[in-house]
Amino acid sequence: MTLLALVGIVITPLVILGLATLLTWVERRLLGVWQNRCGPNRVGPGGVLQAAADGIKILFKEDWTPPFADKGVFVLAPAIGMMTVLLSFAVIPLTFSSSIAAGLNVGLLFVLAMMGLGVYAVVLAGWASNSKFALLGGMRAAAQMISYEVFMGLALMGVVMMTGSFSLRDIVMAQSGLWFVLPQCVGFVVFLLAGIAETHRLPFDLPEGENELGAGFHTEYSGMKFGMFFIAEYAGIVLVSALITTLYLGGWQGPILPAPIWFTLKTTVLIGFFILLRAALPRPRYDQLMALGWKILLPLSLLNIVVTGAVLLLHTAG
Amino acid sequence: MLGNVRTLILTFLHAFQSRVTVQYPEERPYLPPRYRGRIILSRDPDGEERCVACNLCAVACPVDCISLQKTEEQGRWYPEYFRINFSRCIFCGFCEEACPTYAIQLTPDFEMSEYNRQNLVYEKEDLLISGTGKYPDYSFYHVAGVGIPGKERGTSEHERPPVDLHTLLP
Repeated sequence: MTLLALVGIVITPLVILGLATLLTWVERRLLGVWQNRCGPNRVGPGGVLQAAADGIKILFKEDWTPPFADKGVFVLAPAIGMMTVLLSFAVIPLTFSSSIAAGLNVGLLFVLAMMGLGVYAVVLAGWASNSKFALLGGMRAAAQMISYEVFMGLALMGVVMMTGSFSLRDIVMAQSGLWFVLPQCVGFVVFLLAGIAETHRLPFDLPEGENELGAGFHTEYSGMKFGMFFIAEYAGIVLVSALITTLYLGGWQGPILPAPIWFTLKTTVLIGFFILLRAALPRPRYDQLMALGWKILLPLSLLNIVVTGAVLLLHTAG
Repeated sequence: MLGNVRTLILTFLHAFQSRVTVQYPEERPYLPPRYRGRIILSRDPDGEERCVACNLCAVACPVDCISLQKTEEQGRWYPEYFRINFSRCIFCGFCEEACPTYAIQLTPDFEMSEYNRQNLVYEKEDLLISGTGKYPDYSFYHVAGVGIPGKERGTSEHERPPVDLHTLLP
């Protein structure tokens, strides 16, 4: 068991990093498909080696630290971003038995904690860059991610209440009859929106906001440090997709096909949905984002908890 | 909110539409005959150079990429050298419009990339083609009232012989 876990610890980051790199190509290809273009299709079969070419290119770029930046924090920030995302994968169950720590009895809290730490990457990057655009981006990131984290956690409480456990494996097992996406549809929508905001993906990519903030919090980053933010973002998409699969779409469960295939299939569809969001929707204004969060999603998630609790109480009473 | 969902669906449906991209090296776009690409110097139907080195193209050129020098040979004007710097050319076609002899013409060809910028400077021998280009029948000296070897003054198309002033004397 320990040996298996060790193998998992070695393999998981490699797979996730590879997947995230590949995802940069998948995203560009899909965006092309949804914009009546082709996307990058030249390097390798169907353009699949584009990701490798981009990776090599960014590795050979000069890794420049601005002289006015706070060096230590500047270097630390992308590492934190990468680390928190990779650590979160530890508790996600690919199947019943194959995962590093899916049985962790505070699994969901662990994920939320890591996402909370992930905010530091963006905030510290914006702060250490010591430039106005980066600071504005970091500030936005802090406000956005902290406020969305509040009801991200609250939305998940519905799932936890129905399962009676924080362990992700137990949560999947509890969905053997009915996926939580139906009884927890409100929580699902809230978590989906909060997930987009957490990974600061379009349409909620205000911390980056190319057309107003340069590149937001990573304005001053170049070379592989920028690459790490980039890869961490894509790994974040995989993470949130895998989380939604686990929490609301029944994880590895499904008829006929083997368990890992089901998990991969659901996650892939969700990743595609994330990219579709980017292709389709414009970015809201900053105050609209905050208003949506605090005035709509927070009451909704609270309501969700109350209703879920009431229904559960009625069931246990009756 | 519903509008956003509708946008998502409509965007997704774009996946089933045809691509607008032309896969260039394998698949070539249609270039109309009047496409403004690589500039050439044409010849008249007799195979002589059409360019009379009037400099109008160089004057019309907004980026000053045309450079030429006139020379004369038995009443017929030629450019001694004719040079177009394609690294400056913006393919506006003003030179073609300005040309009184249809000599300078733009062609439907844009594949003129070079690794060395100097190679984009085209000399007269690079520009001259053996054909007449877009105007197969036009010959400037056949309609102009200039005498050249083999064509006296007054023998051009639609031209009367020059008036002999002495016959008008009383």
